[in-house]
Amino acid sequence: MEFLHLTELRKKLDSREISSSELAKYFLARIKKLEPQLKAFVTVTEEAALKDAQEADEFIGSPGENPFLCGIPYVSKDLFATRGIRTTASSKILDEYKPPFDATVTRKLKEQKSVLLGKTNLDEFAHGSSTETSAYGPSHNPWDTSRIPGGSSGGSAAAVAGGLSPWATATETGGSIRQPSSLCGVSGWKPTYGRVSRYGVIAMASSLDSPGAIAHSVEDLAHLAEIMAGQDEKDSTTGHVPVPQYSRNLTADIKGLKIGIPKEYFLDGMEEGIKQRVMEAVKELEKMGAKTVEVALPNTKFGSLVYAIVAPSEISSNLMRYDGIRYGHTVPAAADLLEVYEKSRAEGFGDEAKRRIMTGTYVLSAGYYDAYYKKAQKVRRLIVNEFAEAFKQVDLLVCPSSPNVAIKLGSAKDNPLFGYIADQLNIPGSLAGLPALSVPCGYARPADNDTPSMDGLPVGLQIIGPQWGEQQVFNAGFAYQQATDWHKQHPSLE
Amino acid sequence: MLSKEEVLRIAKLARIELGEADVEKFQKNLSTVLEYVEALKSVDTSGLEEVSQVTGLINVQREDRAILAQNREEILGQAPEIKDGYFKVKAIL
Amino acid sequence: MTNSAYKPVIGFEIHVQLATKAKMFSPAPNNPDETVPNTNIDEIVTGQPGTLPVANKEAIRLAAMVGLALNCTIDEFSKFDRKHYFYPDLPKGYQISQYDQPIAKKGYLDIEVNGKTKRIGITRAHLEEDAGKNVHPEGLPYSLVDYNRAGAPLLEIVTEPDIESAEEGRIFLQELRNIIRYLGASSADMEKGTMRCEPNISVRKPGETTLPKYKVEVKNINSFKFAEAAINFEIARHTEMLEKGETPRQVTMGWNEKNNCTVEQRSKEDAQDYRYMPDPDLPVLQFPQEYLDELRNRMPELPAQKRIRFLEEYKLPLADVENLINWKELAFYFEDVVSELDEWRSQENGLNREQLIKMAANWCLQDFSALLNQDLKNPLDSQVGPENFAELVKLIVQGKISGSAAKTVFRTMYEKGGDPSEIVEDMGLTQVSDEGAIAGAIEKVIAENPKAVADYKAGQQKSFGFLVGQCMKELKGKGNPQVINDLLRKKLS
Repeated sequence: MEFLHLTELRKKLDSREISSSELAKYFLARIKKLEPQLKAFVTVTEEAALKDAQEADEFIGSPGENPFLCGIPYVSKDLFATRGIRTTASSKILDEYKPPFDATVTRKLKEQKSVLLGKTNLDEFAHGSSTETSAYGPSHNPWDTSRIPGGSSGGSAAAVAGGLSPWATATETGGSIRQPSSLCGVSGWKPTYGRVSRYGVIAMASSLDSPGAIAHSVEDLAHLAEIMAGQDEKDSTTGHVPVPQYSRNLTADIKGLKIGIPKEYFLDGMEEGIKQRVMEAVKELEKMGAKTVEVALPNTKFGSLVYAIVAPSEISSNLMRYDGIRYGHTVPAAADLLEVYEKSRAEGFGDEAKRRIMTGTYVLSAGYYDAYYKKAQKVRRLIVNEFAEAFKQVDLLVCPSSPNVAIKLGSAKDNPLFGYIADQLNIPGSLAGLPALSVPCGYARPADNDTPSMDGLPVGLQIIGPQWGEQQVFNAGFAYQQATDWHKQHPSLE
Repeated sequence: MLSKEEVLRIAKLARIELGEADVEKFQKNLSTVLEYVEALKSVDTSGLEEVSQVTGLINVQREDRAILAQNREEILGQAPEIKDGYFKVKAIL
Repeated sequence: MTNSAYKPVIGFEIHVQLATKAKMFSPAPNNPDETVPNTNIDEIVTGQPGTLPVANKEAIRLAAMVGLALNCTIDEFSKFDRKHYFYPDLPKGYQISQYDQPIAKKGYLDIEVNGKTKRIGITRAHLEEDAGKNVHPEGLPYSLVDYNRAGAPLLEIVTEPDIESAEEGRIFLQELRNIIRYLGASSADMEKGTMRCEPNISVRKPGETTLPKYKVEVKNINSFKFAEAAINFEIARHTEMLEKGETPRQVTMGWNEKNNCTVEQRSKEDAQDYRYMPDPDLPVLQFPQEYLDELRNRMPELPAQKRIRFLEEYKLPLADVENLINWKELAFYFEDVVSELDEWRSQENGLNREQLIKMAANWCLQDFSALLNQDLKNPLDSQVGPENFAELVKLIVQGKISGSAAKTVFRTMYEKGGDPSEIVEDMGLTQVSDEGAIAGAIEKVIAENPKAVADYKAGQQKSFGFLVGQCMKELKGKGNPQVINDLLRKKLS
């Protein structure tokens, strides 16, 4: 039951083989049992979940009448505002914060009568790739609990991979959905920038943030995309492009699809197992009739460098509002107003957030703006243009989601460049606002070789599409999952 | 490496109190990041317009209609201190 | 006041709170009159995590209109930027403003100073969001923050340092205020704070062409009078210092209304570093030519054009024209009265248009203005409609009521409303212009006052006045003074 796909759960709820309340209770019990191992949650909303499930049960009508998510439990990254429910961004500065409003995504899921089980852990303000910067401690990878689940959406990925929730909301700025999905062996959708509303999603870097989802299959993700995507009058950066019926349009027929293999995404230092699994996946796609061609994206190497300037700049700006006056952590004993600011922020933010605030403040400050921020945004143009050129020749790009499988907890500690390196295969696409998927494509032994997991740890296949090109990304992922069963394999946690 | 004064200036701008050890740590950390991005300086970007939006959207605007929100109490309820309907802060000099 | 040894160099920074229904980037109400703190707030105004701005279309339109009215260039593209600083009244820790691509730039405004036209350059006009208000209870260790004003749309207008005296400054501000009001862009009320001006003042030797090395900004000015006084105070202060061989420091001063002087404001601890960056939450603004043409087509008559028309078409004296122009609502009301009078004239020949207009203007600027000012009302908020106003003017011109009766009638119209003809009838104020009735009264008065008659005939003019008064008394105050005069003179000659 814990690993059923949304499409299967929908059938069972519609046929009344199972009730929403039973589902909620089942998953809440599983959370209770496994949470001590996984630490995927910041908050479990048991009471509200049971109430919502009961309401959903009363609402459920005949098959075909019910919203796709009606009565189905989910968990939400603790970055999505949930009215009246604690939303922390995994930061001490928002430890007790209860938003007075719902994020647009939260509202849409409520309208579907989804059942929220809890809020998942993340790197503080999504700053990181391991959940280790969370003020509440790291989450653990269900395949090997001594390892990171990836991040920043690590709690969401771990919850889905561990069967604690059928799906989870997540967000990407530069890899935060693809990388943890890859490390936890689940399917993750990073939308086109502007495809899903950012309203109510606590901002990291506004020009990059893309709320998305993690689930067990691409088919599930296509259904979720239909619900989550769309123009939002509260987010001026959402696209006006109509949302296709992704799930209805899904097809495994990818004959003639032109797939580019960017050689720069197969790095020298990359784990051999990752290269092998991804090339095997490419063969699989070729077997189904896709045509593959090597493409060159020479500016890829600048992606993480651009990101290392643009993201902290926007972060430093977006985190200005945490001043201990309207909400959040404050130091009442401060001597004066200046001290309220300086102490509240010093106590409220963790090291990584401070590091990014400091970097961003520095590069935006007088005299440095042109040399750093402006320069970075120009190099970003090169990257955007390069992808645009590539998509004139190919329909999709395929590459690994992460240069490595899950590393040990603690091994990235105090490396200020960890995130930029971990996400170097995700960041260029994020800078260009492109849609992508990470789907499981097998296992590889970690470099340290120290894992009880027999076959090794999950490897993710990344599929990148052109702007607004979700449908073809979903189709390729769907086709791959029709031909393989990696996405149906799960860790044993019992 | 970034000077101590420089780190303190940035910390002041960002309103983050730093201890001795923090200053040293940030001197190193910031310098590492700045070295990391150094390679960007040599990229030829002549004639390129900087990206600040990837959507290509223009003129996204709202009609001028006023809506009185119904969550005033919830908003005030999040504040550390409220007095007579005002947010209370240490004296602004 | 100005010492001849130095010439002032003055520029303005003016903030105008635009008259939109909602705020600049959120649908919360934009109401400058709200008195209950933190009422016009929502999650966006208070900068809750995750909230996003969406620009108000009307605010952008108004800003572009003001830009066009100030003869500015409106570039095809404009954008919003974030300006960062910490202050309790600034909810997001940054203000959304415009840095290097303001909506409007490089314009000018011509003003009339002592009969001469003076051109004041407009550097730029940009849109931004207002901050909230901090309240500082006296003697207490805390401040209170009200976000009602936070997020209100503000247009910041910056002038070139082209202004050379306090008087020029005041005239400029008045003309600017009029333009903004005529456009309906803002109530532009200095007292209420919907228009705020900060002059930048310095002085230099006549003939010098470079700008002085310092300038002093004055804040906290909430009337034209204070603007003029503050500028004069600063000019005198700078002149005095320079004459002593000192250079005024570049500081921010505040106008102290109680003591009629400027006081140095606490200087900010460190130099500001606003770290401007383009706001990634807001797509760029584009102003296509068709949009600007449409705005130009819809541009209402501006005060300068109205002024010329009032002078040329209505032949009113300059002082009257200024008074009308400076009160937009009264100027518009007056024109409504004029069109009523014109309509009436088209039905009855032989009436002198200029005389009617002159009388209407006088009544607008005297009795009507006095009553409206006393009640802080605008003409259209009063009970006197332009049609009834015109009717009253007509009654006066036709000699149906006397000037003093007209005052009584007008007051009644103002207080209770109603048609002046009916009021005249109800109150029995119809003026007696009938020569027969007046002649009867004159006969009686002459018979009863032989001494005064003799005195007048002996050359004492003031006895004539006495006799007119007696006739008026006989007619219970309703006699037409002109007719009494004429008949009495005839009778006594």
